[in-house]
Amino acid sequence: MLEHLRTQLPALIVVTPLTMGLIVALIGRRQIGWYIAMATTAGVFAMTLQLLMDVLNHGERSLTYLMGNWPVPYGIAYKADPLSASVMLIVAAMAAVITFYARRSVASEVPVGKLHYFWGLWLFCITGLLGITITGDAFNLYVLLEISSLSTYTLVALGKERNRRALTSAINYLLLGTMGACFYLVGVAYLYMATGSLNIPDIAERLQPIYASWGTDAPLYQKTVIAGFAMMAVGLSLKLALFPLHGWLPNAYTYAPSAVSALLASTATKVGAYAFMRVIFTLVGVGFAFGRLHTDIALMACSGAAIIVGSWMAIRQVNVKKLLAYSSIAQIGYIALGFALANRDGMTASVIHLINHALTKGGMFLALGMVMYRLGGTRLSDLRGLGRKMPLTMAAFTAGGLGLIGVPLTSGFVSKWYLVSGCLEGGRYEMAAVVLVGSLLALIYVWRVVETIYFGKRDEEVQVREAPWTMLVPTLLLIGASLYFGINASHTAYIAQAAADYLLGAAR
Amino acid sequence: MDFILDYYNYWACILIMLIGLYGVMAKSNLVKKILALGIFQTGILVFYISIGKVEGGTGPVRAAGENVVYSNPLPHALMLTAIVVGVATMAVGLAIVINIRQTYGTADELDIEAIEHERGD
Repeated sequence: MLEHLRTQLPALIVVTPLTMGLIVALIGRRQIGWYIAMATTAGVFAMTLQLLMDVLNHGERSLTYLMGNWPVPYGIAYKADPLSASVMLIVAAMAAVITFYARRSVASEVPVGKLHYFWGLWLFCITGLLGITITGDAFNLYVLLEISSLSTYTLVALGKERNRRALTSAINYLLLGTMGACFYLVGVAYLYMATGSLNIPDIAERLQPIYASWGTDAPLYQKTVIAGFAMMAVGLSLKLALFPLHGWLPNAYTYAPSAVSALLASTATKVGAYAFMRVIFTLVGVGFAFGRLHTDIALMACSGAAIIVGSWMAIRQVNVKKLLAYSSIAQIGYIALGFALANRDGMTASVIHLINHALTKGGMFLALGMVMYRLGGTRLSDLRGLGRKMPLTMAAFTAGGLGLIGVPLTSGFVSKWYLVSGCLEGGRYEMAAVVLVGSLLALIYVWRVVETIYFGKRDEEVQVREAPWTMLVPTLLLIGASLYFGINASHTAYIAQAAADYLLGAAR
Repeated sequence: MDFILDYYNYWACILIMLIGLYGVMAKSNLVKKILALGIFQTGILVFYISIGKVEGGTGPVRAAGENVVYSNPLPHALMLTAIVVGVATMAVGLAIVINIRQTYGTADELDIEAIEHERGD
């Protein structure tokens, strides 16, 4: 029985939260929503862990699951390989930890009558993110992208009880996000015109004779394939908020309920980055995207600008949540820079930063969520002198901040180490310099907050207590994990290198 | 000239998409923006349908005669899903706009900006 279920893991991981989300929304009993969501996310986490082990122990390091047992070009295939399995593990782990945290936080920020819808949408969002990661079908990816996005828009809009700007941020996000998804969809249409297939490995295979024909007198579908890739690249850049297409992100992160900000910051953009990597390395191939079209130059320019501008904007913020949102834009720049380098260290940096940043930024947003829970605001002035009132929360926030800078012994240092050595290996000294300047700017914005926390004076004598343990434990767990992976990077580096080798091996 | 006539279906789709794109960018009324988004998505639907057409092909129904040429039904099937997604997007979008209207008393982006600016944030 258990062995039989194990072969169904790829489908179960996506179907379980989908079904449970529907059940939660339909039951309507407000109290039970969180329990179902918690049980589901914990179960999904266990399943992704098992799947990753299966993939790493498998000879070819990849597992294909055929939906309804339809053979590959006709049916939808789910494909688990080291990269997709590890990204799924991150998404599921973050989802489980943040769900545990979110019970009180969400109850204080979302009206009671809407809680069951909240938990239903929460599970749908996780469904979409996991689905994007595992699917091997280009059109299926679009559908799952929309599942996660539509639930995200609504989750952001649910922050309206705290601040009505949540509504305008949500509509802005909806317009841009739908545009991005539509561009991706048009890109899929072009590639379908050229290849007549929707299965990602199958498209990649059918593109080979097309590429081969380009040097000759009768080039096949040259403009179609280029236009298709360009459309997909723009659409996915919007989804992962790569500078200059990041406009929706700061407000959406700032005004969403705290738990939603944490979930989005640690999973949604990461999955976007993953999908982009997949398109470049597995779908069209690095030889076409970087070798022929030189997309890597454009990507490096965008990510360099993201690092500098994102960090610079973060320095100027007075709302700490917004500060973290701008810092996320800069961190996305690091991830994009890593895969734009397309060498082993760069790819490893990209994947490892995906993991490390999810832990660090997730933990920091959770810490801010506790400030929100106790004080009702996250402006810099709210944090003044909070180091004595909420010592554990603020310690977690500070440790996360050190990770953003990339201080040695934090996980951020490991990411940046790989990234800089990838830059040097690729001969991109200017990008290495950008990474270092970005770290210096991060030092400024983190220091501004830390200074306020520990050296600012609270004038009013309002009693502020430390946050409840149900919120504190998940936060410390994430920050603790990010510190642990900074000291002992062997696990994350092993997974990231396996993923990098897999992608680069498939690219050749 | 031939370039336009031979590919008239693509030109039509691109025109529809661009009308939608223009609406999303240029209009300040949020309802109009959402509707323009719908137009953009419709352009994509037509685009998909038109790439599935095979010249002289009939509907993809199993016919009595031998060697019947029929159009590719796959894009149609894909677009059924995309229509559902489009409807859901529009529903969510309009629901948020209704909320905005109730909160701010207006559904115009510029007015909302002015209100928020007055409050100072």
